[in-house]
Amino acid sequence: MVKHIIPETLSEALKYLYQGDFQIIAGGTDLMVQNRSWSETPVNFTKNMLYCFDLLELKGINVIDGRVEIGAMTTLETIMNHPGVPSLLCQAIGEMASPAIRHVATLAGNIGNASPAGDSLPVLILYDAWVELRNMAGFRMILLKDLIVGPRKTAMHPEEMIVKIVIPIHNFDFESYIKVGGRKADAIAKVSFAGAVEIEDDKIADIRLTFGAVGKTVIRNETAEGAWIGMTITELKTGIWRLIDMYNQLIQPIDDQRSNKYYRKTVAINLMKDFIDRL
Amino acid sequence: MAIIKFTLNHKQVIVNGDPNRRLLDVIRNDFNLKGLKEGCGEGECGACAVLINHQIVNSCLYVLANAEGKDIVTIEGFAETKRFAVIKSAFETAGAVQCGFCTPGMIIATESLLNANPHPSEAEIKIGLSGNLCRCTGYNMIVEAVQIAMKAGEGLW
Repeated sequence: MVKHIIPETLSEALKYLYQGDFQIIAGGTDLMVQNRSWSETPVNFTKNMLYCFDLLELKGINVIDGRVEIGAMTTLETIMNHPGVPSLLCQAIGEMASPAIRHVATLAGNIGNASPAGDSLPVLILYDAWVELRNMAGFRMILLKDLIVGPRKTAMHPEEMIVKIVIPIHNFDFESYIKVGGRKADAIAKVSFAGAVEIEDDKIADIRLTFGAVGKTVIRNETAEGAWIGMTITELKTGIWRLIDMYNQLIQPIDDQRSNKYYRKTVAINLMKDFIDRL
Repeated sequence: MAIIKFTLNHKQVIVNGDPNRRLLDVIRNDFNLKGLKEGCGEGECGACAVLINHQIVNSCLYVLANAEGKDIVTIEGFAETKRFAVIKSAFETAGAVQCGFCTPGMIIATESLLNANPHPSEAEIKIGLSGNLCRCTGYNMIVEAVQIAMKAGEGLW
């Protein structure tokens, strides 16, 4: 018999996590579908459940010292409408699901679910977002790109919980996010791309390129990006074939019910090419 | 087992049972409110929509445990309001109802949208309705109905 616990405070929740094997559930918009049973029957959760959606300590958004801190149980709709949240993240959230889901779903849920097609992930990883994990003894900060280690796999320990997502604010001169899916709302991405460039004295000071749904985790390669620092946009445009060669090797998508690897790879490369053409 | 308390159509209610039940089943079976429907059962169609704290939510994806302390309104509760009367009349005028299966969800979506944004543009209306599927009307009449409701109900939202 699985246990169902609705903790009233964060410390109570952490105590349960320490004592036993629990699955944390936030808004539940993914877990309710993944564990769906017959109509009119309870959802078939196979693990002990810890319902954390209403923990007040984990709700809200703070903008402090050049970063945005988002409480784990803040809904996507609240995040999207907050003036301090970076625009690319608002855009990515705006293309996720539908209002009915955004009123309930959370960023921490999208991260914990660790789907290769998680829509917030390419943008969060582009922004070098951090995740604050807490257990009974204390907390640790981990870069999101290091937290997600594979499809549906994270580096979280069983007694840990995501309490905050921390996004450093960065003002790019160009940024773009594009999602390709079967339907405008409620669709899971076939491919997604996020790009950002910062220019200083006509030279590239920062360039970041991320790809979603085309690998086991979000594809971002800092070596490939770093090669263009100090170059001009014209040099980037004329040398684009080198970038295409590099990402052709890095991007190794799969066939699944939503799309196939040939389509995914072609579109992913074209999205990057289009982003650079438009700079 | 757990005891979950919330407000359903402005009445305080208590549900004693499995916290992992879907809110959809609780509302339809325990309270015999059949206005919300199960369409897809996975959050894609919006036929099961309810208002939770004035915002549209899919009740098929909402777990009973998360209902504690919430203010939940179904189409039956909303039907007693002036806002509903305006939306109902607008749907009739625009011909936005055919088979009617999606209609309770569409009306909940309209209320959620106008409550947050009393003067939405056409693009904003389409976003507001984007989680609700209709296989009869082709959507144009529903978008038009929201525009009629927005004008006719000026000041209500």
